[in-house]
Amino acid sequence: MHQLASSAVDWNAIREDFPILREQAHGHPLIYFDNAATSQKPRNVLDALRNYYEHENANVHRGLHELSSRATAAYEKSRQRVANYLGAASADEIIFTRGTTESINLVAQAWGGKFIRARDVILLTEMEHHSNLVPWQLLAERTGAQLRFVPVRHDGTLALDQLPSLLTREVKLFGFTHVSNSLGTINPVAQLCQKARAVGALTLMDAAQSVGHLPINVRELGCDFLAFSGHKMCGPTGIGALYGRAEILDSIPPWHGGGEMIVSVTLEKSAFKKAPHRFEAGTPNIAGAIGLAAAIDYVERIGRSAIFEHDTQLTGYAMERLAELPGMRVLGPREARGALVGFVMETAHPHDLTTFADQYGLAMRGGHHCNQPLMRRFGLTGTTRASFYFYNTTAEIDRMIEILHAAGRFFS
Amino acid sequence: MSPELEELYQEVILDHSRRPRNFGDLADAEVLVHGDNPACGDEIHLGVRFGEGGTLQDIKFTGRGCAISQASASLMTTKLKGKSPAEVTEMLRAFHELVTTDRNDAPKTLGDLRAMQGVRKFPQRVKCAMLPWRAVEQALQQNEGESTVSTEEPEFA
Repeated sequence: MHQLASSAVDWNAIREDFPILREQAHGHPLIYFDNAATSQKPRNVLDALRNYYEHENANVHRGLHELSSRATAAYEKSRQRVANYLGAASADEIIFTRGTTESINLVAQAWGGKFIRARDVILLTEMEHHSNLVPWQLLAERTGAQLRFVPVRHDGTLALDQLPSLLTREVKLFGFTHVSNSLGTINPVAQLCQKARAVGALTLMDAAQSVGHLPINVRELGCDFLAFSGHKMCGPTGIGALYGRAEILDSIPPWHGGGEMIVSVTLEKSAFKKAPHRFEAGTPNIAGAIGLAAAIDYVERIGRSAIFEHDTQLTGYAMERLAELPGMRVLGPREARGALVGFVMETAHPHDLTTFADQYGLAMRGGHHCNQPLMRRFGLTGTTRASFYFYNTTAEIDRMIEILHAAGRFFS
Repeated sequence: MSPELEELYQEVILDHSRRPRNFGDLADAEVLVHGDNPACGDEIHLGVRFGEGGTLQDIKFTGRGCAISQASASLMTTKLKGKSPAEVTEMLRAFHELVTTDRNDAPKTLGDLRAMQGVRKFPQRVKCAMLPWRAVEQALQQNEGESTVSTEEPEFA
């Protein structure tokens, strides 16, 4: 096995924290390379969920009893935990949502609904996940706003030389992903935020693929909104958050109406709480928020710099080994990559390849990865994607290469 | 190699996917159906020319996709040439049953198509196998002209 150069972290011991990694699939040890879709969960997150339901479960913010106090305290502590994790100025800048998709929809509907007019421009990139594209299409249809896109170059990076003609005064918001979920490209987000600010546009960063992998500080970046999901960073599904700069959140009207988000209600009219509660109608995903805080604890214990270093080594090793395969094309840049490789093999279609690999216990994703326009841009209908997290090993990559060789022989 | 894989990718299927029969544009097609599987982006373009009584006088396809959808299209076109609309409909029903149920009484008329039986163990791949059949079903319904059919019905567009 190829030895990784890093570091103080005992990466093999970390695997013991993830009970699911002992599973077998089709009689083979599981190799889980679908982390860009969702990560696995460590024991402390599973324990936090259980502990909540066994010792703290009640509705938040309303009850005057002991359990409600515990639940409320734990829920709000989780909000503070997220704020610290992202470098936000205050917990009031963190809105809990179901995940990245809901966070982006909140901005598109509530902020966009109030501030966007016909002929305003929303600037996106050609590499956005459908979740940072479709909400803006819906907004554009409703308001007559226009969408523009920063093209993607053949090497999988953004065509930044075209920004001056795209990022103009008409642009009200520039939305971009931090790490592409199919190319692996890490975008120069600080630079994008700075350029947007220069023309008075707000920025929205899709951090779904980066939040559990890279250090992020929203104040240093200067982004106005950041959307992410908990489940790709060791947390439970159904919980994520939207970060929004305080003065912007305060200017946005509610989007969902209901309990929890009001100050007072008459039959005709209601007065609403301040952010973030204004945006959290109904009973929230309390257990999810607590599980997310536990996931943050776990990720921070390892450290995002160490995770990123490990990602970089795994991905570099995967790219080096993939190059050995005949008829192999790896998408995306050679440098500055997140923890995934998307590729196509001349001999085998992504669906045949992933079906084949699955029979050997290797879980990968094959298809368009919610990136149909991007796939078209590269003349593909889909790719096979192997995506890593800190519990993956070079030995697993070696096994993947063996399986891909076997698949290549089988299908050619 | 697992038995499931061997059953899914039988030699006849690999052969048809590598060297698809009736692959190409049908020059004097009366019906052209574009079938796509949005779940994976696979596509098929099916050209049909009808004969007397609506029989499928000639049928050819182009497109790109996985081994299952390509082999399914190749096997299907081989089988359906010269069949009446009623025979095609019956074969579609029997084929759908073959790839989606555990029944083992597939009619002999399916012939080589029975090699597709392994798909039933892979529910995610049923759409791949059915894509060309959705296209031929559409071709029968419209009799002439060009149309598009999808394995996912758009509910609101």
